[in-house]
Amino acid sequence: MNVDGINSGIVLDHIKAGKSMEIYNYLNLDELDCCVAIIKNVKSTKLGRKDIIKIDAEINLDLDILGYIDPNITVNVISDGVLVEKKKLKLPKEVKNVIKCKNPRCISLAERETDQIFRLTSPEEGIYRCIYCDSESK
Amino acid sequence: MRHLIDITDLSVNEIAELIRTSNDIIGNRKAYSEVCRGRKLATLFFEPSTRTRLSFEAAMLELGGAVLGFSSADSSSATKGESVIDTVRTVACYADVIAMRHPKEGAPLLASLKSPVPVINAGDGGHSHPTQTLTDLLTIQREKGRLDNMTVALCGDLKFGRTVHSLIAAMSCYENIKFILISPEELKIPDYIREDMKKRRNIEWRETDKLEEGLAKADILYMTRVQRERFFNEADYMRLKDSFILDTEKMRYAKPDTIIMHPLPRVNEISVKVDDDPRACYFKQVENGKFIRMALIMRLLEVSK
Ligand SMILES: [Zn+2]
Repeated sequence: MNVDGINSGIVLDHIKAGKSMEIYNYLNLDELDCCVAIIKNVKSTKLGRKDIIKIDAEINLDLDILGYIDPNITVNVISDGVLVEKKKLKLPKEVKNVIKCKNPRCISLAERETDQIFRLTSPEEGIYRCIYCDSESK
Repeated sequence: MRHLIDITDLSVNEIAELIRTSNDIIGNRKAYSEVCRGRKLATLFFEPSTRTRLSFEAAMLELGGAVLGFSSADSSSATKGESVIDTVRTVACYADVIAMRHPKEGAPLLASLKSPVPVINAGDGGHSHPTQTLTDLLTIQREKGRLDNMTVALCGDLKFGRTVHSLIAAMSCYENIKFILISPEELKIPDYIREDMKKRRNIEWRETDKLEEGLAKADILYMTRVQRERFFNEADYMRLKDSFILDTEKMRYAKPDTIIMHPLPRVNEISVKVDDDPRACYFKQVENGKFIRMALIMRLLEVSK
């Protein structure tokens, strides 16, 4: 299987094994016209096994969503066959319309077209809470 | 401060300022009787709560202002499917400040994001009720002369009781606070509150299921209701409910200067006979609730005497 050789695009590396489809969905990669490769269960010295996603186009990725899902993912930007940038992710302060509040008593579910906003309330533990009802995201 | 949605929105200084204004109002009620002349408070109560609504309305009337509003979802546009935001935008055309109670958690916050006038959270489901906590703080300050160096016993439903949760959060900001948490096993405080307390160095706490034991050490006893519907079965409820009832017998364990507080309404958790004990403060609490709401309305409308 030859999935190397991206000329210009983005490689998401060090994805926790099994998480690649979730990321594919969150980032709406199905809407892209270009080549997208999902490689699962690659051997990794750091993680044991990992997933990789290769996107054959220089698109603007929502790094906040990616950081929310897993801040350990590395984002490699490749241009004309050369690695031009390695982006480090961090936990975003706020995520909008990525996760839905699960508290049935929360106003964000009752009021139509309400943005689902979660804020990082405890950076050490990576805990996000709904800004409306303070429920934890996980 | 533009809105008051959660007690944690307020700094210790802002709370001190509100308490200062309340005390001044209590001492010079005439001086404040016209400060809100021409201003209107809208009380939007999407679920009924007569006590809280009357307290807000009395506060505004005592400041010389006027009140309008509705007091249950069926008399409002909410039953026709109008959104919280549309209701607030409409009412903001008529009123200068809004007090909102809503069964959904976060509704006042959502309203405040779009409201051109200040919004006060008058209770959003089981989530938050900051003016109750301000009322409690004013009462403690007035009765004990301080908010720090205090042993606070909280008794009853500590799991679901939001007044207890926000009082713990608010008191945790002061130096040398000890909590004695008295509840049945089934109604102990949630883990996240225990975690929050662990992170603070100025807080000590102890958990017990004996009211008498907690009462002996307390400067304040804060009673709450143990609701029947919180228990899985009637037998557990019947077994436990009496242990958490304060009567004249148990009052003998209290220190001479311990104050007894309760957010009201009570059912049977404080015997009526305790009302005559000078240490019972819950009716003073009700009156303090009006004064702190007066101070809050003034602050949000940026008026002074
Ligand atoms: Zn929520």
